[in-house]
This record gives sequence, structure tokens and C-alpha cells, in this order.
Amino acid sequence: MPRLTLKGLSKAYGTLRVVDNVDLSLQEGEFVCLLGPSGCGKTTTLRMIAGFIEPTSGSITMDGEVLSAPGAVLPPERRRMSMIFQSYAIWPNMTVAENVGFGLKLQKLPSAEVRARTRQILEVVQMGHLADRYPAELSGGQQQRVALARAIVVKPSVLLLDEPLSNLDANLREEMRFEIRRLHDEFRITTVYVTHDQSEAMATADRIAVMNAGRIEQVDAPHLIYTQPRTRFVAAFIGRTNLLEGRLADGEIGLDGFSLRAAQLGQKVPDAARPILLSVRPQAMSLSRSQPQTREGRPVLAAIVAQRTYLGESWDYVVRPQEGGLQLRVTAPPLQVHEVGEKVWLELDPQQIAVVS
Amino acid sequence: MTESAAILSKSDTEAARRPGLLRRLRYLEPSNLLWVLLIGALLFLVAIPIGKLLVVSFEKQGSGAFTLANYATAYGRARYLEALGNSLMLGALSALLSVVFAVPLAWAVSRTDMPGKGLTWAMVMGAFIMPPYLGAVGWILLAGPNSGFVNQAWTWLTGLQAPLVNVYSFFGLALVISLHSFPLIFIFVKSALDLISSEMEDAANILGAGTWTTTRKVTLPLVWPAVLGGIIVVFLETVALFGTPAIIGIPARINVVTTQLWQFFEYPVRVEVAAAYAMPLLLITIGMIAVQKLLLARKGFVSQTGKGGERRPIRLGRWRWAVWGYCGFVGLLAVLMPLAVLLQASFAKAWGRGLAWDNLTLGNYGYLLFRHEMALPSIWNTLWFSAASATAAVVIAVLVAYIVARRLVPFGSVLAFLAMAPFVIPGIVMAIGFYAAYAAPPIALYGTALIIILAFTARFLPIAFANSAAAVRAVHPEMEEAARILGGGRLLTVRRITAPLIIRSLIGGWLIVFIVASRELSAAVFLVGPRTRTMSVLLYDLSEAGNFEVLAAFGGLLLLITLVLVAIGMKLAGRDFMLRRS
Repeated sequence: MPRLTLKGLSKAYGTLRVVDNVDLSLQEGEFVCLLGPSGCGKTTTLRMIAGFIEPTSGSITMDGEVLSAPGAVLPPERRRMSMIFQSYAIWPNMTVAENVGFGLKLQKLPSAEVRARTRQILEVVQMGHLADRYPAELSGGQQQRVALARAIVVKPSVLLLDEPLSNLDANLREEMRFEIRRLHDEFRITTVYVTHDQSEAMATADRIAVMNAGRIEQVDAPHLIYTQPRTRFVAAFIGRTNLLEGRLADGEIGLDGFSLRAAQLGQKVPDAARPILLSVRPQAMSLSRSQPQTREGRPVLAAIVAQRTYLGESWDYVVRPQEGGLQLRVTAPPLQVHEVGEKVWLELDPQQIAVVS
Repeated sequence: MTESAAILSKSDTEAARRPGLLRRLRYLEPSNLLWVLLIGALLFLVAIPIGKLLVVSFEKQGSGAFTLANYATAYGRARYLEALGNSLMLGALSALLSVVFAVPLAWAVSRTDMPGKGLTWAMVMGAFIMPPYLGAVGWILLAGPNSGFVNQAWTWLTGLQAPLVNVYSFFGLALVISLHSFPLIFIFVKSALDLISSEMEDAANILGAGTWTTTRKVTLPLVWPAVLGGIIVVFLETVALFGTPAIIGIPARINVVTTQLWQFFEYPVRVEVAAAYAMPLLLITIGMIAVQKLLLARKGFVSQTGKGGERRPIRLGRWRWAVWGYCGFVGLLAVLMPLAVLLQASFAKAWGRGLAWDNLTLGNYGYLLFRHEMALPSIWNTLWFSAASATAAVVIAVLVAYIVARRLVPFGSVLAFLAMAPFVIPGIVMAIGFYAAYAAPPIALYGTALIIILAFTARFLPIAFANSAAAVRAVHPEMEEAARILGGGRLLTVRRITAPLIIRSLIGGWLIVFIVASRELSAAVFLVGPRTRTMSVLLYDLSEAGNFEVLAAFGGLLLLITLVLVAIGMKLAGRDFMLRRS
């Protein structure tokens, strides 16, 4: 039985459907990210799981018990969950230890146990030496660690995180994202993590649920989300890509200016006579000055460099194949320099091309 | 699959059964019950008195039949209409004078390197906490046409018999009022100036504008809405003011709306006529507040905070002492001089004889404390009326603020509206409303402590509400949610998380209400009975009796009490707790 199940979950404000028929289930110990642009309904979904918002329709079930349904919402304090907030919500009138011990005291545990577990978890998040400080004396990263400790120490059945790293600077964000994953590996708490930052989602999650306009577009492991996007939105939202429209006829996918053999793609192509959308990542193509040896099934196109941007780790070229009206974005290593207007050869790797729909 | 379907269908029936029960339980939820109670309290405190005021203005005395005769009486005599005109002119002149006092001070304190900023602050604070009628008494001693110290000094210096200044004049009245209202404009303008980063001025400097041009063309225009807002507030305060016009205006035969309203309350009390006559005051206030809202709603005017904009004081060079001199001059007029003569008079056998050893006595204080039959009871009355109304106002305000901020009930905004409504009702109008609604049987509260406490509570509810709403807003909802998700119920969360976080602001709000209530005159003077006189009313009675030494001593006592309270407030809620703009 899954730990947490969302079934047909919707939330509407007036006629605006903020969350639209969301289905999702988490196994015990699983870490799922809700990823999407701002306003996609991910935070509303999280707050419905926490019990702060009543759903308009659908249900939320934990271990087979219905927690939320329209008109019947178990209040947050009786869900045995814990949550980390965007603002951290560290209580400024309590010390670090008092903050962390708060949930344990509410469980009416003996004070010796409260103290022991508080000390222990503070060591785990490397905050043991600051137990008696007040939050105002802590840095943002330290407050974040306190929030983590406070949420984990109660051993919740589900841990919820609402954009927990968005208030930190870039370096700290990277550090904390590994910290969160490390704590998950250590305690295996079933976790729902909301973020708009895809690298955060990639680094932390077992599975990512990409949300758009209130709906879940795709739920998959991070590498599958990247390599096999199922919708146009997912392909465009995760990483950078070139979206090409084509049409299948006699095993050949006809594209603007060239064609590909369907059998050579890494994925099976749906057999219908309808338009096909392909996602070609900038890394799935390479440029060269002279015409490369034609390899079996690797299309080579003559192209002109239209734009270039140096990004430090790589070059970002926009090239225009001579046949057809396409513009393709291609990544090249830093030492491979082409001038704008130069003629180049473009080689595609069909194995890395994803069939979106 | 079938198993999960079975679970779901079971839970579906559960879900279908539960809403009915829950909906019924919901009617008993404490927050909804509280909502009903609060609506009741607010209707009683705000809506009924004002409604009654309106109704009474159209009723014939005794019979209650509909009539327009009250309006005909109220506006039927040239003297009454003249009072209305006087009020408007007095308001405008006082506002203008306040600008002259306040804007240079605000600019100097906020934007320049003038020396003695702390002293200027203290002066403004002093002018703010000194009850206006006390300043009026001080200025009578200073600028009375014959015996006033300023005129005596003038005669001694020049040998001329004609007085230099006369407080018993229209200008004198406006000057005394503005010397106690200018802190309002100061607060508005200073907080607006504090938000302007130096880069705004640098941008003008780099294009070739000098300090003076920049100040005139960039800095001051940016704070213009604040100046205008301040002008409106001072204007409204002035037209609703009772104490100073009564103490100075009545002897000077300058009749204004508030003193005229007072005369309608002299025996036989014509509350219907007073109600009709109070209407312009109410309408002007509502109209002006609406105008001010409109002005300040135009965003992007003042609030260009510019993140991290550096602020450097303007270097005044040799002008700094001139600016300092002006600030000192204002402080002298508003605080030091009136205070000095009041203190002198309170320790004098006869104040006109000036400082001399044989003129010195503690008799005035002794008389008040040990022989006067109303002085001590009035002090006691003032303290406990103020404490009771401050407590009631803060309790109602914080409940309303919390319910509104957390959206616990539908139509919470109705509560907020009612709690803020007294803001547009002048105290004197409020008092007449309370008199009309609750003085007579069946409620028969006339002469009781309760009617004064209720009127004070209603009158200062907006102050308490603004304070509480800011305090509650400052507590991020996630602070509470964090406690709830860890297993704390709503009540526990409020007790353990919210209350500790807002208690300091609430104490500050309580003290502000206490302080303004303890000096409130215009609402009290209409509602006190023989046994419920407050210090402010007794002070006014003494001023009518004309014994200035005893009057000054009583003013000294009032000031002492206020100072102790302000000191407590500063200790508990921060140095600027009264001048903070919410």
C-alpha cells in the first residue's frame, strides 16, 4: 500500500482551477519533487497535503486513511506530518533547542528523551554547538538547518518541503540540496518537495512530478524526465532543447529540410499518421568544419552559424541548416570556435533524440 | 486494484457522511461564536451611537416625531454659521502654521548633519505628549494681553504699553493649536524623507542642480503627499478640538463648532440640535479622509525605497547653526516656554509676580492633594477609566485583527471596517452619539463610569486596531503553521507561538491608548457626571474658575503622570513607540 495517495485532487478558487485533477502516489521512503513554474499549483498541492487547504474535489489518503476530502479535512496537527517552510518559520522567541524540541514536547515525551533526541538531531545537522542561540543570531543556512532538524526529529510519516532553499544564496543552495538528500538517505522519510528549480529537483528526488497549470504533466525518475519527456511542456521546461515537428511515412520521419529513419531513434515511434514532436538536446548534435564521414543513420547537414554565445563551460551556437527553415541550438566545447556566418557541418545522434508525442 | 477500489469506495461513503456532521459542528466553532460576540460589541460601540446621532437629529425633542426643525435651529442663526466658518478657517490656518514648524524640522532631522538632532526629537516628542489644553494655559500666562510674560518683557524693554502679542485672538488661537499639532506633520514627513535614498538627490546633483535646487525640486516634491496627508490630519484635529478653543476662544469671543456644540449642551440640553449641528463635522472628516486615501493610493510617489539605497546627510556647512536655531526656536515656543511658566505658576503664590523666594510655595499642590474634594478622585478616575478602556480596546482590536488576518470567518472585513470606523468620527461627535444613545433611560448610563469607558474604548479602537493589525501581520502565518503541522492545535499555537510574538507590540498599543485616553477632553466633557470627572475635565473646570496657580499645579500633576507612563512605554516598547507611524 502506498504511504501517500492523491486521487483526482483539485482546488478551485471561483472558476480558477489552481490544482486540476492531480493523481500521485508515494511509496514509503520515497522522495518526490513537485517541479513547475510559479503559479503551477505545486505549493497549493503541498498545502492540501499538509491540511491547510481544503480540496474542492478528490482525496488525500495516508496509509489507507482518508485525510482530506471536500468538507472533511483532518486538521494539520493530527496528520503526524512535518513541514519546512519557505520562510523557515523558526520561532524567534525560542532558542534553537527549544525550536527543535517543540514537536517532541507536543508528543508529551519525557523531557530526558526530548533533550536527548534534540541534541542528537542537532549533531546530525551540525548545529550542536549552537543549541542555545536565538534564531536572530543565526545565518540563513543555519536557520535552514534548524528547520530541517525541527521537521525530522519528530519522525514524521511524511515530510513536506515548500521551496526550502529559495532564500539562500547560490553556493549555500547547492550545499543544502546535498544535505537534504543526505538526511533522506539516512532517515528514509517519505518526502514531498516543492521547487521551481530543476537542478534542485534533479539532485534530490527519486521521482519528479512536473506540474503545469494545475496539472501533473509527467512523473518519472530525473534522468527519464530529461531524456524521455512525454509532453511539449516537459521537454521545453527541463533543460534546453530543440523541438522539431515531423511526420512519419514508410519508416521515415520527415522533418523540415531532412529526414530520419524511425528505427534508429532510441525510442519507439508511435505508429500513427499524425504529427510527431521530437526533442533534440543541444548536446545531441555536433559541429565540424569539414564534412565528417557519413556514418550509418547519422544525418549530416550543411549549416551556417547564425549566433554564438560563450558560456565559459561551453559554446552555445545557433545554426541554420541550408535546407529548410530550421534554427537549431547546439552545444560545443570551449575550444571549438566558429565565427558567425561560417559554414559548418552538423551531425545528429538519433540515439539521443526523444519522441515527445 | 479491487482492493484499492474497495478502500476508496468505503472512504467515499465516509466522506459523504462527514460533511453534514461537520457543517453542523461548524456552527459551534469558537471562532464563529467569537465573531458574533465581536459584531455585537462593535455594533454597540460604533454603529448604534452614530446611527442614533443621525436619527436624533431628525427627531422632535420628547415626542420623537420626524422633524427638520433641529437643522433649522442649528443653522438658523448667523452666530452658528459664523462658528462653522471660524472652525474651517482655524483648521486651515493651524495646518498652515504646523507645516511651517514641522517641515523644516523633519528635513533637518532626517536629511542633514544638523547638530542636536536628539534634542529636536525630544522637543517634538514633548510637544506631542503635552496635552493641548495645558499648552493653552501656558500661553495664556505667556501672552495674555496685559500680564503675559512676553508682553511684560516687551514693555520693560521698549517702554511701550501696547502688548506685543495677544493670545486672545484668532491668530493666537491658531498658533497655540499648531504648536501642539505640528508633531503629526513632522512624523508623516520625516518617515517619508527617511525612505528617500541619497541617490535620488545625487541623480539631480549630477545633472547640475545644487543642494537648494535639489531639495526644492526633488526632495520636497517626493514627500508632498506626506505633507498633504499631515495637513489634512491637522486640519481635522483642529476642527474637532475642544480644549484650546474653549480655554482661549471663549474669553476671546471666538466661537467655533465645538464650543458651540458645548453651548447646546448647557441647560436645557438640546441634544437634537447638537446632533444636527455636528453633521458638518462628521461629513468634513469623512470627506477629507477619503481625499487623503485617494491621494496616498497613487502609488510610486513616496514609496520609492530603492533597495539598499545609501543615505548620506546633507552637509549644511555654516548654515547648520541657523537650522539648529530654528529648531530650537520651535522647541522654545512649543515646549520650553509654556512648560517653564506653568511650573513657575504652579509653585507661585501669585504667578504675575514672577520668580522670587517670597513668591515660592507648595500650597497649590498641597491644596489639590489634601483639601480639594475632586482632585484626587479625578486622578483615580482618569487612571482607571483609561486602563479599562485601553484594555477593552486592545482586546477587541487584537481579536478582530487576528480573525481578519487569518481569514477565520467569512466577511471578516466587516469587523475590520467597524473597528476602523471611529477614525473618521471626531471625538466630540462620538460623545454626542453616546449621549444620545445611552444617556437616557432605558439604558440610563448618564453620569456612570461605564459610559465614559465605552466612549473612550470606541474612540480609540482604531489606534488599538492599527497597532494590533500591524503586530499580527508581522507574524508570518508560517510561524503558526509550523506549530500546527508538528501537532499543536489552533489554541495552543496562539498561546505558545503567536501571543509571545505580539505581546510587546500590544503593550505598546495599550500604553498609547492609555496615554491618549488619560488626556482626552472633548469626549469626556459631554459625558462626565458629578462623580466621574476626569483630570482633563477638572482642569477645564479650573480654567473657567480662573485660579491659574492651582490650575498650573494640577497641570503639573497631569504632566507628571503622563511622563511616567511615557517612560514606561519607552522602556517596554522602544524609544519612538508613540511617534511610530503605522
